[in-house]
Amino acid sequence: MWKRAMTGAIVLFLVGAAAYASFFIAPEEKTMHVLQRIFYFHAAAAWAGMTAFSVCFVANLLYVWRRSEKWDSLGVSSAEVGLAFITVVLITGPIWAKPAWGIYWTWDARLTSTFVLWLLYISYLLLRTLIEEPDRRALLSALFGIFSFIDVPIVFGAIRWWRTQHPAPVIMGGPGSGLEPTMRKVFFFSVLALHALMVFLIAERYRLEKLRTDVEVLRREAEAI
Amino acid sequence: MSLLSNTGALLGKELRTEFRSRELLTTTIVFILIVIVLFSFTFDPTSDESRRFAPGLLWLAFLFASSLMLQPCFLREQHNDTLSALRLSVSDPFAIFLAKLAANTLFLLLTELLLLPLFAVMYNVPVVPVLHWLVLVFFLASFGISIAGTSLSAISAQARMRELLLPLLMLPLLTPILVASTEVTKSLFDRAPFVQWKGIGFLAVFDVVFLTALWLFGEYLLEE
Repeated sequence: MWKRAMTGAIVLFLVGAAAYASFFIAPEEKTMHVLQRIFYFHAAAAWAGMTAFSVCFVANLLYVWRRSEKWDSLGVSSAEVGLAFITVVLITGPIWAKPAWGIYWTWDARLTSTFVLWLLYISYLLLRTLIEEPDRRALLSALFGIFSFIDVPIVFGAIRWWRTQHPAPVIMGGPGSGLEPTMRKVFFFSVLALHALMVFLIAERYRLEKLRTDVEVLRREAEAI
Repeated sequence: MSLLSNTGALLGKELRTEFRSRELLTTTIVFILIVIVLFSFTFDPTSDESRRFAPGLLWLAFLFASSLMLQPCFLREQHNDTLSALRLSVSDPFAIFLAKLAANTLFLLLTELLLLPLFAVMYNVPVVPVLHWLVLVFFLASFGISIAGTSLSAISAQARMRELLLPLLMLPLLTPILVASTEVTKSLFDRAPFVQWKGIGFLAVFDVVFLTALWLFGEYLLEE
């Protein structure tokens, strides 16, 4: 109990520090001024969300291979947490876009594919609610999760294949791109903080899922008596 | 070799089943016709407007129709309790998928080609000069739709609310197909038609990626 509370406190501190750094330490951007500071959370949440979906993908593969319940629990936990982070991306995006581009939403490839990715994982969670039998639910949703994740490279590809209003990748985007050194440090600190938050949330959700399965097993045993 | 001969035998079965009743083809054609007519009310279908909107319309109609058409693919086997027999009859379950997706590609392609002339007349788009390119796009897209759709219909057939579930699983996954085929078709309907190789390559990559995924994971989809 204490260990969990302590971990939670550390994660909270990291996220708070990242917020402080993005407001007070990172230098002001030339054209967008204070507005640009949302970037540290917008982009970092996107990275954390993508990592969570990658964890989900690995868990799905391991479930198909090993058929152990724990991989199914990890799969659903990371999908839910990843979905939460991508939701943050989809909310902070329009908040930033309205003053920067003059519109909340534009149907360019990057935004659209992020939205599609979000829908795919909604479908993944929906599919899980529609299959009763636990083993079948685990296997079929794992397979759908694998197919969905194959969509992820297409998300990243889309920004380069079709012309887009979304800024070209700033990090690892090739020549001419890049962040000012302090901005870079703050950004990577934000990425670290949000990843810590993501791991913490997945661990907590995983615990909950395990409790649920235990309750389910106990209930079935009680019914059998 | 046995994979090919198994697939051939199963494909024969799929085609015989369909061509005995032609239920799937007739209903899909009527559905697309209805959609094409309904779409004409949403904008002014003059020649210029059509060039801009028709490709998207066409592919949306095909995509929605395919989400209906792929529905019975595994459901029929389940209703008739023939899935276990089917699985026992082949050495590699991939043959079942290969046969079903070949049949589905064929049905989709047939529907699309039957409706294309009608669509061209109603929406004033010249299709004859670029027909061979259109056929290529239709093939690549229908193949992609069938690969993903056949695998997903194996999943949805085993869940509750299956009729509603398939489009929910399938349509977001097929967005890349819709985007790429619409882009290519748009460039083919242009006043000065040109072939957008980027889009054609994209469709081909999608097909290869999902076919590989199906080859790797297909057998688990049919596990008892």
